[in-house]
Amino acid sequence: MISLRGRAVATCLEAPLSRTTWMLTTPERATGAREGNALLLANGASPLPGYDLYVGTDEELWGSIGNYIALPRQLQYLTAGDVLTTSVDGTRLRVLWRHRARQNSILLTERCNHMCLMCSQPPKPNNDDWLIDQAFELIRLLPPWTSTEIGFTGGEPTLYGERLFALLRLCRNLVPQAPVHTLSNGRFFSNDEFAAGYAAVDNPNMMIGIPIYGSEPTLHDFVVQSKGAFDDTVSGILNLVARGQRVEIRVVVHKQTAPHLVEIAEFISRNLPFVEQVVFMGLEMIGFARANIDDIWIDPVDYKEILYEAVTLLDRKGIRTLVYNHQLCVIDRRLWPFAVRSISDWKNEYHPECLKCSVLHDCGGFFFSASHRFSDHIRAITPRQDDSQPALLTLTH
Amino acid sequence: MLEFAEQTAYEPAAGVWELLPFRFERFSMNRVLLTNMVGEHMFVTPRELDDIVSRRLPTNSTLVRQLRSKHIIRQPDERLPVTLLALKTRTRLSRLAEFTSLHMFVVSLRCEHSCPYCQVSRQSSDKAHFDMSEATAERALEMVFESPSDNIKIEFQGGEPLLNFGLIERIVRDAEVLNRHFEKRLTFVIATNLALLDDRILDFCGDHDIFISTSLDGPADLHNRNRPRPGGDSWERTVDGIRRVRETLGADRVSALMTTTAASLDRPKEVIDCYLQNGISNVFLRPLSPYGFAIKTKSHAAYDVDRWLSFYEEGLDYILELNARGTPVTEVYAAIVLKKMLTNDDPGYVDLTSPAGIGIRAIVYNYDGDVYASDEGRMLAEMGDTTFRLGNLHENSYEEIMLSDALLNPLDESFALSAPMCSDCAFEPYCGADPVFHQATQGDFVGRKPLSAFCSRNMGVFRLLLDKYESDPAAREVFLGWAGR
Repeated sequence: MISLRGRAVATCLEAPLSRTTWMLTTPERATGAREGNALLLANGASPLPGYDLYVGTDEELWGSIGNYIALPRQLQYLTAGDVLTTSVDGTRLRVLWRHRARQNSILLTERCNHMCLMCSQPPKPNNDDWLIDQAFELIRLLPPWTSTEIGFTGGEPTLYGERLFALLRLCRNLVPQAPVHTLSNGRFFSNDEFAAGYAAVDNPNMMIGIPIYGSEPTLHDFVVQSKGAFDDTVSGILNLVARGQRVEIRVVVHKQTAPHLVEIAEFISRNLPFVEQVVFMGLEMIGFARANIDDIWIDPVDYKEILYEAVTLLDRKGIRTLVYNHQLCVIDRRLWPFAVRSISDWKNEYHPECLKCSVLHDCGGFFFSASHRFSDHIRAITPRQDDSQPALLTLTH
Repeated sequence: MLEFAEQTAYEPAAGVWELLPFRFERFSMNRVLLTNMVGEHMFVTPRELDDIVSRRLPTNSTLVRQLRSKHIIRQPDERLPVTLLALKTRTRLSRLAEFTSLHMFVVSLRCEHSCPYCQVSRQSSDKAHFDMSEATAERALEMVFESPSDNIKIEFQGGEPLLNFGLIERIVRDAEVLNRHFEKRLTFVIATNLALLDDRILDFCGDHDIFISTSLDGPADLHNRNRPRPGGDSWERTVDGIRRVRETLGADRVSALMTTTAASLDRPKEVIDCYLQNGISNVFLRPLSPYGFAIKTKSHAAYDVDRWLSFYEEGLDYILELNARGTPVTEVYAAIVLKKMLTNDDPGYVDLTSPAGIGIRAIVYNYDGDVYASDEGRMLAEMGDTTFRLGNLHENSYEEIMLSDALLNPLDESFALSAPMCSDCAFEPYCGADPVFHQATQGDFVGRKPLSAFCSRNMGVFRLLLDKYESDPAAREVFLGWAGR
């Protein structure tokens, strides 16, 4: 697990900071001070003049150069190319972009018009527009050749309407090669004009991930706690695909949805076969999922056969299907090729049992929050002589 | 549960349900098959069926959830189920807009084989009388490119088309020149017994990307008994031809079809093994058609539908067993039906579409310039019934042929959604309209279905496939793969 937040060990400002989003650069990489660049000073590096902010590990530089922030230990992994946000007084720090990460998730808002039983990021009603403002700044700071995925999450990002589309247009114009993935409940796209607005961004590297939790309204509406959600969401998907947009369907597997996975897969395969991919997601045991643990938690072993059948059904029909957030030891071996190491590295953990496991490096492991509830069936996989499906084992040994 | 509403809060206010179009079929004592408008299926008990039709359903239950998922019932104000049904229906019928894509040229009626089940061929040296002329071929090509379809497949038929290979070369070259203007996706197939294959023919097929479709009835003794030729070496020549096409043009360039005869019925495994031994993993277990010499020589009457169905089931079981052992063999007829059962795609197989495929999916240009609505229609004409003769290339225009009563009447009358017993059959979405078969066997386009071998054979196949899909998880996985190919 990697920390994304911290308090400055020391801060010395000549005046309150004029901005809060900073791209880190180093003396070797620097090509002259540019607005929004902060110079990262590793041990012994001599500071170049002209930067609005200097960031370092060395408390002794305090007072000897302009605006200076000393990083806490847990953020000292930062390197040139990463983006840091600061409070105006320079004390509170947050990592917004790590250029070496496979994917960066950018939270755009915590507001939401759903209240999913298992939400890992429970909605808050307060105005938090500063989050999308920082996202605009982030995109402006990224180099034009950026090709790591930008993930926009919420809350519900589409609550911003046109402002979200403006952000997506900025991505298309400034970082055209970067895949841009937005997570949404898809409801607003049931409005033709809204779907047209998204499609008008016209970025082939753009994909939108939309959840479906049932094959008919009652179950889906119950899971997201909103009447009419299923009809809006499915209509929204149809509208997006009709406009040539790439849609991913996400199915979070928990106690309420697990018994119905095959029905959901059948529904998708007959009614939405044109989606880009379908992802079955394991639970992240924080937020409402933890509060509702009795109604949400199910041991993945208890839906092993159902998950196998649902994935197989979609895959055989030619729909790209993936399994996220599941440990290899709790899913059917035949599903290993579908399992993705999907948990963001900064919230990724392993179980003590995992240290003995021969497929540890192919396994997604756990969310750090999993310690609230582990499967009772986490078992180290040991190589077998008569393994009928050795693909992953042989590749790692 | 902390500030969260229970599931009941998201159920409809009242158990008032409207029925969307669906059909049912009693499957066994305790199981009834339901299919929705587009062929999505589920099984219920007779009592549940009773509850559905008398609309005694609760606001939510496992049954209600399944019925809503499959768009069989809806709440009075719900629009999404109808939107989705419309989308699926449109998808299923989308190939109709494409119009005729398969164009068959009977370049010669002559053949050096003398198969007793053959519908049409002539053993004759009278080249002038039974070969297609250049003028006829030219006129047929004009017709081909009048079709609005973006995909054009020209299939050379016989007799044995290789007996008039010079004309095939000419047609292929002319079609390629014409297509520089029309820019369609143009493909060629030669349906041949391969006995006359030589290097010149192979080279030409390689240069012009021509596919080969051949006949392989099974092991040597069976094949040679079914397909006599001077020297009695039909099987040896066919098998050698398949090998040469695979090696020089590519394994995907050759496919084979079998004709089932009474002699085949006890030997499905041997037939399938013979295909595999020759590198062909698509096996089409076909019934014998009721046309041509097949009727004259009583081959057709030699076995009934039940006998064929048990042959089919034995073959299918063997193919499933092979799949389970890691050999991916496909039974082509099942694959076509399963695509219709499990997806919204209609593969457009001429015998299993409604409206029928005659004329509007496939059309035949006979050696003498006559135009037929289907290959079987031309065979029927050889037996003296010219119902499906649409006109002649030298006498009629494209419009006259495509708008002729000879084409429109059978299309209209046989349309399964309005045909007696088809319109309320639960299998209708999987089946098709075959006016030629019913004209041949019953003398009208629709036929009485209880007497129709087409109907009982297909019902048997549908029941068999659904039964295996529901009861055998391994078969289900294989079937899903076939549906998705």
